[in-house]
Amino acid sequence: MTFIPKPKVTHPNLPRNELGLTRRDYEGALSTLCAGCGHDSITAAIVEACWGISAKPENVVKLSGIGCSSKTTAYFVSGGHGFNSVHGRMPSIAMGANAANHRLHYIGISGDGDSLSIGLGQFCHAIRRNLDMLYIIENNGVYGLTKGQFSASADVGTKAKKGEVNHQPPIDPVLLALNLGAGFVARSFSGDKRQLVPLIQAGLSYKGFAFIDVMSPCVTFNDHEGSTKSYAYTREHMEPVVEADYVPFAREIVADYSPGEALPVMMHDGSRVVLRKLATDYDPTDAHKAHAYVQEHLARGEHLTGLLHCRPTEDTEFHGLNRTPDVPLNELPYAKLNPGAATLGKLLARYR
Amino acid sequence: MSAATRINDFVIKIATVNGTGSASANTLLMKSIFRSGIPVMGKNYFPSNIQGLPTWYEIRVSKDGYVARSGKVDIMVCMNAETYARDVREVAAGGYLIYDSTWPRPALLKRDDVTVIGVPLARLCNENFKGVRTRILMKNICYAGVLAALLDLDVERIRELLAETYAKKPALIDSNMQAIQLGYDYAKANYTCPLPLRVEKMNSTAGHVMIDGNTAAGLGAVYAGATVAGWYPITPSTSLMDAFKSFADKLRIDPETKRANFAFIQAEDELAAIGMVLGASWNGARSFTATSGPGISLMNEFLGLGYYAEIPAVVFDVQRVGPSTGMPTRTQQCDLLAAAYASHGDTKHVCLYPANPEECFYMAVQAFDLAERLQTPVLVLLDLDIGMNDWMCRDLKWDDSYVPDRGKVLDREALEKIDKFYRYLDKDEDGIPYRTFPGVHPKGAYFTRGSGHTQLGTYTEDAVEYQRVLDRLLRKFATAKRLVPKPVIERDTRNDAAIVSIGSCDGAVREALDMLAARGVRLDYLRVRGFPFGEEVEKFLEEHAVVYVVEQNRDAQLRSLLTLETRVEKSKLRSLLHYSGLPVSSAFIVDGVLADRAEGRRAVAGEAS
Repeated sequence: MTFIPKPKVTHPNLPRNELGLTRRDYEGALSTLCAGCGHDSITAAIVEACWGISAKPENVVKLSGIGCSSKTTAYFVSGGHGFNSVHGRMPSIAMGANAANHRLHYIGISGDGDSLSIGLGQFCHAIRRNLDMLYIIENNGVYGLTKGQFSASADVGTKAKKGEVNHQPPIDPVLLALNLGAGFVARSFSGDKRQLVPLIQAGLSYKGFAFIDVMSPCVTFNDHEGSTKSYAYTREHMEPVVEADYVPFAREIVADYSPGEALPVMMHDGSRVVLRKLATDYDPTDAHKAHAYVQEHLARGEHLTGLLHCRPTEDTEFHGLNRTPDVPLNELPYAKLNPGAATLGKLLARYR
Repeated sequence: MSAATRINDFVIKIATVNGTGSASANTLLMKSIFRSGIPVMGKNYFPSNIQGLPTWYEIRVSKDGYVARSGKVDIMVCMNAETYARDVREVAAGGYLIYDSTWPRPALLKRDDVTVIGVPLARLCNENFKGVRTRILMKNICYAGVLAALLDLDVERIRELLAETYAKKPALIDSNMQAIQLGYDYAKANYTCPLPLRVEKMNSTAGHVMIDGNTAAGLGAVYAGATVAGWYPITPSTSLMDAFKSFADKLRIDPETKRANFAFIQAEDELAAIGMVLGASWNGARSFTATSGPGISLMNEFLGLGYYAEIPAVVFDVQRVGPSTGMPTRTQQCDLLAAAYASHGDTKHVCLYPANPEECFYMAVQAFDLAERLQTPVLVLLDLDIGMNDWMCRDLKWDDSYVPDRGKVLDREALEKIDKFYRYLDKDEDGIPYRTFPGVHPKGAYFTRGSGHTQLGTYTEDAVEYQRVLDRLLRKFATAKRLVPKPVIERDTRNDAAIVSIGSCDGAVREALDMLAARGVRLDYLRVRGFPFGEEVEKFLEEHAVVYVVEQNRDAQLRSLLTLETRVEKSKLRSLLHYSGLPVSSAFIVDGVLADRAEGRRAVAGEAS
């Protein structure tokens, strides 16, 4: 496997965003994943979303751990800064990077292997710190790079390619995120770009920890009959309950929603997300109710999708709590950091 | 029995129970001696426990300024019945034993060669103070009063220290002074004061402070301009982070906006702590963590990433006794190899070895400069002795003309001018590439990875491309040799034998050198201060026929590093290894060298006959 840059073909009539960039400007290297991999569809959705919100490519920080999903940071926004770290430890890199400069878009791409086993601790603590980032788990229930072992998100009774049955209960990252207090929790399906793109855009605009669990079938090791993470099974069992329309800053809401159904949520950057409930008994603003509802449906084998929970959490976002300045820490001039020789002299009095 | 008069030259050891306030009493004693202008050392041997276990404090008064352990105890204060037997045994012949005579002393522990001084400390305090807790605390302050009388310590110094300590609780000044006075008066009334071992005012501590290495290193990180600290609590490194936080809370709050010009993040574990440091450094903030051996084990994976992806990081390793959990509150220099070669694959790390708190302060700053200049993790190896004990050091100084060395960073202007940026190209042939920070310029984008990469920064599994980067990292390490702190060398060209040592052994080695010289054994001395070892170390090793390597671990880790990383002939390195968990004493080194030389002479004599 080698690094293959995508040949750049620019069509004069390609649509351009507010920065004058085309979708092609948000692409990355050629994917080396298997043909038909769900992850590639997510990559395409990220490209679309970043283009759509006119993110400056150099302001996009793409972070990942290890695994098939983690490779994908190389496949979008080649003008951004990528960081492919170590297995399960991406959240700590994101935390440090964000502490140094809070003005960038942090997109963490992880997998069920990366986040729900070795990385479970760091995933949980990133949520607890309300780290301002978009965290996507490309969830396929299987370890692809090591050829098909069950991951911690594999459902009870699901069958591996070679026939082995999983008996251990799965860890559901959506329930976990809701439980730990994440303010933005979504689930989607790699095959549903219409749902996924606005979710990514909303997640990028959300101030705080935005989490999207994307069911993303592994065509090579987990797309067979008996698997609960196959394309066929997922399509059959997913049930959208909330639709989210992303409305960029300063753009009017054009769609016509009947009152009671539409719930606009203002994002930190002035953009809005309009939630439309497809299930009337669902309340996406209450984390406890959302948790119960999702859990209830999971027990019935139904994967609810959409922006399952959204509430503002700016007050507990890391920088707010720590009273760091508006100027990123990495831009503070040394003169502001040096207490000076005279101060040192005074400090020493305590040690005599 | 009485000893000959010895002014400002003796060792007091105080055996107490931890959690009984003895630390305040001991600090009070030590600092009052320091304020009397007399060089003094204070070392705390404490248990990994909050309350109820034996703890000792050793104070060495040394007119000559020797501030290492001598290996001898002249005055033992026995405040702990549980350790009484071994404490009594430890006093040198001709020494003194102070004990609480409220209760009878077990007769079987009688020694005829020491002077026993009984003071009914518990009774005195029970008669004068109310409340169980207060009585226990005051009993300890009371022995400080006894010692003040016996040693002729200036009580005014004690009063002055108490007034500073309890400035906000004046009632405590009076009760503490009352306890001091009780002990003082009892000793005066019942014993001949002062003892032949006593203090006398000097003027040798001006321009000095008593400070611990963790505090000095934390302060150094503030002065270095560190803005992101990621850490996980572990003894004995925690107080380094506490110090940074408390200094930053005072010195780094913007006077106008009241915002904190730093981020202090308690991580979920050491793995996350080092991850945060790498993330922040990658993004252009000066960032650091502090840990101890077990933390270094956990950080290995990320340290390898830092090495290979070339990300600066500063890690303070305050070494404690290993292996495994070991003895968390005891000192050792046992992470020398683990730090130098942390992580799988071909990795090597730049290490700094401070010998005392003063060096901790300056090396903290140097570590950040080196980490950014070399774009690699730098480990600063303190140990518990340096980190947690108060050492007498020269005043820390700061030069306001200091400009942080941020290394080879392409800023907006530089990126504007270039055609294309490649992250891992060796443009200057010193092995150090250029780096950029996210968000600065569209041309600065690159991909950071721990997987195989080319010098252009792209993924590779190509043999030649992979090796090109790996070989350049070696060139960078060669550059590091020239940049790390030079060794300290005491050289007399007539000598062909020498001591090579590291870190906190320094004080004991220096005293040992004087003691050996007094016996006609003259040795040169080199103390390594940085890894990789530079030419000065190579040359020194070449120039000596016999080299005693003094270090505080079982497996001769410094000796191993020297044999691995220099051209030295292994057989001429002779190890003197101290690894009990207590700081090495000068006596240990003297005895070791003399024993080796005696053996050498015997061997030579054997050959002749």
